[in-house]
Amino acid sequence: MKEMTVISGKGGTGKTSLVASFAALGEGMVLADCDVDAANLHLVVEPRVKKSRPFVGGEKARIDSDLCVACGACFDFCRFGAVSMDGPPNSIAMEAFEIDPLACEGCGVCSRFCEAGAVVMEEAHGGAWFVSETRHGPLVHARLAAGAGNSGKLVSLIRQEAREIAARRDLDLVLVDGSPGIGCPVIASITGSRLVLVVTEPGLSGFHDLQRVAELARHFRIPVAVAINKFDLSREQEKEMEAWCTSQGIPVAGKIPFGTEFTEAMIAGKSVVEHSEGPVSAAVRNLWSEIEKLLRNQQVE
Amino acid sequence: MRIAVASGKGGTGKTLMAVNLSLALAASGRDVTYADCDVEEPNGHLFLEPELARSETIGIPVPEVDREKCTACGECGRICRFSAIVAMDGPPLTFPELCKGCGGCALVCEEKAISDGFREVGIVETGMVPPVNGSEGSIRFIHGRLRIGEAQSPPLIQGIKTRIPANGITVFDSPPGTSCPVIETVRDSDLVLLVTEPTPFGLNDLRLAVEMARVLDLRTYVILNRSNHGNNEVRRFCEDEGLEIIFELPEDRRIAEACAKGGLVSRLDSRYGALFSRLAGRILELAP
Repeated sequence: MKEMTVISGKGGTGKTSLVASFAALGEGMVLADCDVDAANLHLVVEPRVKKSRPFVGGEKARIDSDLCVACGACFDFCRFGAVSMDGPPNSIAMEAFEIDPLACEGCGVCSRFCEAGAVVMEEAHGGAWFVSETRHGPLVHARLAAGAGNSGKLVSLIRQEAREIAARRDLDLVLVDGSPGIGCPVIASITGSRLVLVVTEPGLSGFHDLQRVAELARHFRIPVAVAINKFDLSREQEKEMEAWCTSQGIPVAGKIPFGTEFTEAMIAGKSVVEHSEGPVSAAVRNLWSEIEKLLRNQQVE
Repeated sequence: MRIAVASGKGGTGKTLMAVNLSLALAASGRDVTYADCDVEEPNGHLFLEPELARSETIGIPVPEVDREKCTACGECGRICRFSAIVAMDGPPLTFPELCKGCGGCALVCEEKAISDGFREVGIVETGMVPPVNGSEGSIRFIHGRLRIGEAQSPPLIQGIKTRIPANGITVFDSPPGTSCPVIETVRDSDLVLLVTEPTPFGLNDLRLAVEMARVLDLRTYVILNRSNHGNNEVRRFCEDEGLEIIFELPEDRRIAEACAKGGLVSRLDSRYGALFSRLAGRILELAP
């Protein structure tokens, strides 16, 4: 079984639109939407949810205001600025302490040093994750609760579930839709992957972000291929980008022209290859056959 | 006044809006700071071309164990919830990349064998954007660059925020999404502008961003980018939710081409310049 992760550095370059198309073109794969704080893949693959589980992201501290003696130990020891004197008064103190759950990292230091036993650690509601069936096979996806943390943990959980499904059903590929950026959820979505496909677009931002994300993949020793979306937006910068990829030994697996086909397909709730036969669709088909080759070659290694 | 430009979905035009809004606010004679908190992929500098004057390394404290003093009592390993310090038979093993810097291990160590080391999270750079065409005031510029391989961006975003002057207007260019780095950026804003596109992905992620803004109790407005393509669902959603679409920018290939080259939309033609001036005026009316 192989795992390929689609990321981009810069957001909005077309990761999810491409993953949906690959799902339609390829066979025998499990989809994993690891863009957990803004998941979109479910919008174009019509999932029927078969299994739904809550996600516990970790713990958060809470102060029982009836027990707080306002000694201030929690306030002194918290390095995340999560403790304030905004709690309601009680029989012992005029102002009890309170914890801001959005700032709390769940380290438990306050709880450990509270002699009154007023700080309790509670499981934080972190959202939910799902296993669904789609017309292209199984999909593991999630929804991170608004304001919740620990997205990296949720990403790892989704990938693990997707790998287990692939093993169980003897499916060949886990295709991971990643998130923008280079931080925690992105790192969790690429580590151990066989191939990272970076979807980019010509332009200073796209190029800048491609370089950072490629360096991240190199940091974790994961092979990279690049797809250039909207390549005709700036031919000059497209050339510069390609030259850079060549200099880094990164294959450019495909180039997709600027057009409205992606948006039209999205509105129809489909992938572009299912929805149209235009130039964008044709370019995506070519891109997929190049990626299949790259994945096959890797298997030989 | 703190204005956060955010979005659920990436690539909707946050940086475009934040940069051009900053310029329009400066043009109206205001004291403006542009703060790029998208530390994973900062792009604002590509458009504003600031003269950077200062670079500071930001990090978090991670445990450093004095093996001579350690009695292998194991307390440090018991308090750590992030597996960043693991007590075995001898002195503990540390995994600084997993550490969140809570300092619990040092606090519980009776032998005082643990001190604060340092893990670099990234750098914060500050400078000025010189007045363009001599027509407006300069803009203070600040951004963070996350170290490649570093997972935690919130400490770096805090590093940016502590370096912002208290007076004047600050425009925060937020990372995409709705999780910790975004919360860290937008949480104490006076108003948040959520940039989206009139597409199914744009709508889905706007919903999530609005939900987040409500959890944080923020005054929220919507910016609709590429407003004349896609469908009508985002407008309907905003109407149903009582959200004002404060600004719209049409789909225009010239904008995409200009942005690719690091160009400024408000300079592309006088019509776009006027649109951003009007937006700046509206924002100033909303000042608390």
